[in-house]
Amino acid sequence: MSGYYTKLRARRTYRWEGKPTSEDRKLKRRYYGSLSIAVDRRPAEAVVSVGQYILIEGHDDDNPFVAQLLKLGDVRFMQVTHVQWFVRMCEIHQNKRKLLGRSPHPQEVFYYQDRSCDNEVDAETILGSVQVCVYKAPFPDRENKDTLFVKLVWDTKAFRIMDPELFQPPQSPKSPPPYQHAPRVRALPTPDPTVMKRAMIGVHTRSSMSTGKMGTSEAESAHSASKLSAAKVLNMKRRSRISSNPNIRKKLDLCSPSKKLTRGDVLGDILGEDQDTEEDLAKKLGSSPPRRISITIRMTPLQNPSRSSTDEECLSVQALDSPAKPTSTALDNTSRNVLGVQPLDDDVFELEPALVSKGRTPRKREATPRQPSLRAPKAEEHEDSPIQTTATPRSKRKSAQLVSFQIRKQLSRDELQSDGEDADDDCFVPAKIDLESSSDEEEEVKIDSEDELIVKRSRCTAGSKMTRTAANSRASARTPRKTPSKKAAPTTPRTPRHATPSIPTRSLPARKPENVLEEARARLHVSSVPESLPCREQEFQDIYSFVESKIMDGTGGCMYISGVPGTGKTATVHEVIRSLLQAAEQDEIPHFRFIEINGMRMTDPHQAYVQILQKLTDQKATADHAAALLEKRFSMPAPKKETTVLLVDELDLLWTRKQNVMYNLFDWPTRRHARLVVLTIANTMDLPERIMMNRVASRLGLTRMSFQPYNFKQLQQIITSRLNRVKAFEEDALQLISRKVAALSGDARRCLDICRRATEICEHSGQQGGTKLVGMSHVMEALDEMFSSSYITAIRCASLQEQLFLRAVIAEFRRLGLEEATFQQVFVQHQGLCRMEGLQPISVSEGLAVCQRLGACRLLLLEPSRLDLLLRVRLNVSQDDVLYALKAD
Amino acid sequence: MGPFITHTKYPKKKNSEDKTSATRACVQRILRERFCHQRLPDRPVGLESQYKHLLELLRRTAVHGESNSVLIVGPRGAGKTMLLRCALRELLELQEVKQNVLQVHLSGLLQTDDRIALKEITRQLHLENVVGDKVFGSFAENLVFLLEALKRGDKSSSRPVFFILEEFDLFAHHKNQTLLYNLLDVSQSAQAPVAVVGLTCRLDVLELLEKRVKSRFSHRQIHLLSCMSFCQYLDAFRSELALPDDFPDSKFSQEWNLNVSELCEEKSVQEILQKHFNSCKDFRSLHLLLLLALTRVSVSNPTLRAVDILEASRMSSADSKANILHGLSVLELCLIIAMKHLNDIYEGEPFNFQMVHNEFKKFIQRKSHSIHNFEKPVVIKAFEHLLQLELIRPVDGGVCKVQREYQLMRLMLDHTQVMEALQRYPQCPTDVKQWAISAFG
Repeated sequence: MSGYYTKLRARRTYRWEGKPTSEDRKLKRRYYGSLSIAVDRRPAEAVVSVGQYILIEGHDDDNPFVAQLLKLGDVRFMQVTHVQWFVRMCEIHQNKRKLLGRSPHPQEVFYYQDRSCDNEVDAETILGSVQVCVYKAPFPDRENKDTLFVKLVWDTKAFRIMDPELFQPPQSPKSPPPYQHAPRVRALPTPDPTVMKRAMIGVHTRSSMSTGKMGTSEAESAHSASKLSAAKVLNMKRRSRISSNPNIRKKLDLCSPSKKLTRGDVLGDILGEDQDTEEDLAKKLGSSPPRRISITIRMTPLQNPSRSSTDEECLSVQALDSPAKPTSTALDNTSRNVLGVQPLDDDVFELEPALVSKGRTPRKREATPRQPSLRAPKAEEHEDSPIQTTATPRSKRKSAQLVSFQIRKQLSRDELQSDGEDADDDCFVPAKIDLESSSDEEEEVKIDSEDELIVKRSRCTAGSKMTRTAANSRASARTPRKTPSKKAAPTTPRTPRHATPSIPTRSLPARKPENVLEEARARLHVSSVPESLPCREQEFQDIYSFVESKIMDGTGGCMYISGVPGTGKTATVHEVIRSLLQAAEQDEIPHFRFIEINGMRMTDPHQAYVQILQKLTDQKATADHAAALLEKRFSMPAPKKETTVLLVDELDLLWTRKQNVMYNLFDWPTRRHARLVVLTIANTMDLPERIMMNRVASRLGLTRMSFQPYNFKQLQQIITSRLNRVKAFEEDALQLISRKVAALSGDARRCLDICRRATEICEHSGQQGGTKLVGMSHVMEALDEMFSSSYITAIRCASLQEQLFLRAVIAEFRRLGLEEATFQQVFVQHQGLCRMEGLQPISVSEGLAVCQRLGACRLLLLEPSRLDLLLRVRLNVSQDDVLYALKAD
Repeated sequence: MGPFITHTKYPKKKNSEDKTSATRACVQRILRERFCHQRLPDRPVGLESQYKHLLELLRRTAVHGESNSVLIVGPRGAGKTMLLRCALRELLELQEVKQNVLQVHLSGLLQTDDRIALKEITRQLHLENVVGDKVFGSFAENLVFLLEALKRGDKSSSRPVFFILEEFDLFAHHKNQTLLYNLLDVSQSAQAPVAVVGLTCRLDVLELLEKRVKSRFSHRQIHLLSCMSFCQYLDAFRSELALPDDFPDSKFSQEWNLNVSELCEEKSVQEILQKHFNSCKDFRSLHLLLLLALTRVSVSNPTLRAVDILEASRMSSADSKANILHGLSVLELCLIIAMKHLNDIYEGEPFNFQMVHNEFKKFIQRKSHSIHNFEKPVVIKAFEHLLQLELIRPVDGGVCKVQREYQLMRLMLDHTQVMEALQRYPQCPTDVKQWAISAFG
């Protein structure tokens, strides 16, 4: 699969056509009008020029990426192009495909609006040009393979009607149409009522494919660390608020800390961001009544390519004042308000001006597809100042926090409102249009409050409150069990060759537990997924905020988790991922992929590459090839990449002499385009220092966490929470188990196993039935069974000659003063002992057989038996134990 | 009248002869099946609680889909496999279980590494046909394949799999214990229900497991340490020899059983059994003894006698080297005696041919009349014969490039063996015997 395009690629040569059209000295960039691609053994050279639609090679050769070429340039001999992406249906996340409401045309593509997506690609990945047309009417029947159709815009949240303004015909690549100063209102043909309806939900454009946002996005990643702490602060505040509200606390209990965190975090973002978008809108629309408005921003190829990101920042706020005014037709509910934003200065325009200057992650913005709503001018004034004065990302965040904090204060006063705030913001359900558009505003409204308009507004949403709470309870009632990570991860359809087999299904269903003890045993089985993970809240929180912040930022990072076996490392990470996937499903955070590898589940450390590649792209490759492909994948600025979370369990087994596997695993996250979060798990705390070379350990970084063994209280809590009010154990019995295990290892698995064994013993001891509790005696028996050494019993149960032989061994040791003797020496002693005991002496062969039997049980340690009489004998038990066991007879 | 009678008598006798020989054959078949074909007893003897535990455990996996792992630990011949097979037999009588359960039998002696083990598991689970026409892939692919198969199952819907690992301790020596980790991990996670049953004779088997593997093991161990008394052993002897009630010739079987009961009462038989019991409690050695005795049962000798058992005991406890010593020449015997003396003098230090030859020459000088004075090459020849019989063994494995006469050797015989051989050696010269007994050469 991959071999195909790498071969192809080798045959293509790229050359600039003509002279540079412009040059940016500062950035050492030159821009060109067109690029010619010469393919070997094909006489004609393909020429792609700015404005044309191109195919870009991707992971799937049958469906290369489609994009419009915006700029061509080279930076220090690296050919770079700026593009506007189009997505195919197959590239859209599976869960979202249904939003289209119809089956897509095979040739259909969607205009892609996603700020987080890198629009800079290597020119050498261009495969050629392609025809793309806009269609409003139904698609043509004829199958023209070379033409793709655009009808809708996909902004990662919803499909919207394509604004023809966005779509620049390729005929005029060098002369973009003049900007429209006044917003134009267009009556667009609606293709499908359902689509239209949906489109209206998410009608607002946040993203633009503006160039030069690299600078900002890099700045963001630098702040990921501080964001982590910020997220924590937010979360803590939120918790304290929640604890004051008993109603909510129930829902947001430990089982779903994710909810708290993401909601808190995301809320802050939403608010901070909506303020800005709403500010300018409100200004423009004045006191128009509440209704849905969509800002669609025109997209034009940039005239002046020598635009730096710094320009943009100072420009953005000014762009607010662009003379966009709603016309009377805008009042129509179905019509849309198109704002042509007037770029200032050197033709640079910012589509969503305030947002870029904030330096926030583009990802977050799309995670919160709010409809920009009306706000009272009063509110806007009071928020305005911090935004304009703060140009750095950090301070913007602070302002967002400030707002969210205010809201929180407000909410704690008003319980009813906080209930509404908990509603999940699923913006794809048409029934919730009103609520969606208002859920944020409502809160802001409370801050500003007392506005007539607002009062009216909240009244109109009150009707939908019922639906909202219903939806809310549905979301929170969902246990993590129901959202397995497998399902959420986008899976490409497998070819039948890779069809994985499974154990055949049983003809009769498994029986359900019948009594209390069986029920308890089922719950106590290590495999049963608990509703919550008690006693690991702090660790959960830390890992969650780490991963979440990385996903939000679209950056990468490593974390090392250590702890002795059975302390819940893997379980906690899985729980985190489950919560995050749930959050992603509810669009609180961007989507991500989760991949898990386990050092123990591979035959060779280099298989790690193969497995990662297999899980990422479903390709099969040899280890070396897979390493090369992954290397390319993580270092190339690939388009539309989502964050990958990689869990590496049993890290120590990935050790190789050159440590290249570990090195790569920790190096990839540091790459600019990788977007890889690596969580590693191993048993030893100082593994990085002990087995890793400096350069590997350095890349792993210092984000570490160690899971302490459980103490007895925690173990007790774990059992209690698992039992979940099934009364099967006496209180003392539980305490005994947890104390015993805590003293020995603190291994939760051991603890659960002992509990299970105790229930069995209890069941067998009292067959008369009834409600029998597991008591101390049962637990004692189970503990004895598991922890007592069997050596002494084994010696007592041995045959007489075997016992004599052991005594002979000890006698010989004493005689020699050594802990080792040959069989011949021991046998002489044995003969003597036999005579003393009045037994018939045994032959050498029998003596050897006795010796071998003891050796098989490992009461004795023996050399291989081919040494015959000369094999050396050692005791594997202490002499005292042997004597004790023999004396008791 | 007379001829008439004989006429009628002959066919009758022949008939009864036919009948008796058929009966003998039947006895032999039944008992041999019991002794060598490891036929399962109806219930495991003396292991009731362990049996119940194991059966219950397997039943829960089969019926409730609960994953389990267990180790059956006991010395060799204690009946580990027998216990497991009995439990499986009883379990499979349930229709519900029979249709559902899959079994995978592995042995550490056969599956010497994980690669082979994985292939075997795939084969026994009949999963290889899913791979299709593709030749079964690499080890790594195999592992991924199998784990995925197990992972896709779940507790309630997939068929439970019993993994039976004989010689479990040998699996612990596989690289990284990958197989054990994965099997035990499956048994501890919500995947296809499995029961991992390990059988081992090592008491320290848990110490072999790596800490991660150990943590995933449920720490259930069923110990088969029989505390059988001699009375129980006698009972076992009786029941092992007893013919079943449904034996075709009931009269014969009654006689046989009566005879067996009488044997148990007999003093000499009890002594033999006591000796056996002292040396080894397990049933396997008892079976061996009884099988040897059974071979002596024939038409002329229709019942088992005490002398048969005595003879069988003698055979089974015979020293393995005694027969070799019987076949030696007097010269070779003399050399062995010389070596024994050297061992006594130098306290087990190794010797070479020259030392043995000197010792032998001293003996010849003293008692020149009793034994022929052999040339040195002849003595060397005899010495080499002993080397070939491995009654003596070079110290360094014969690698050293020393001249043959000076190569250091050790005697692989114990004093008792030498003395025993001399006692039984036919027409052994008295001087040689005396030389062997005398403390100083």
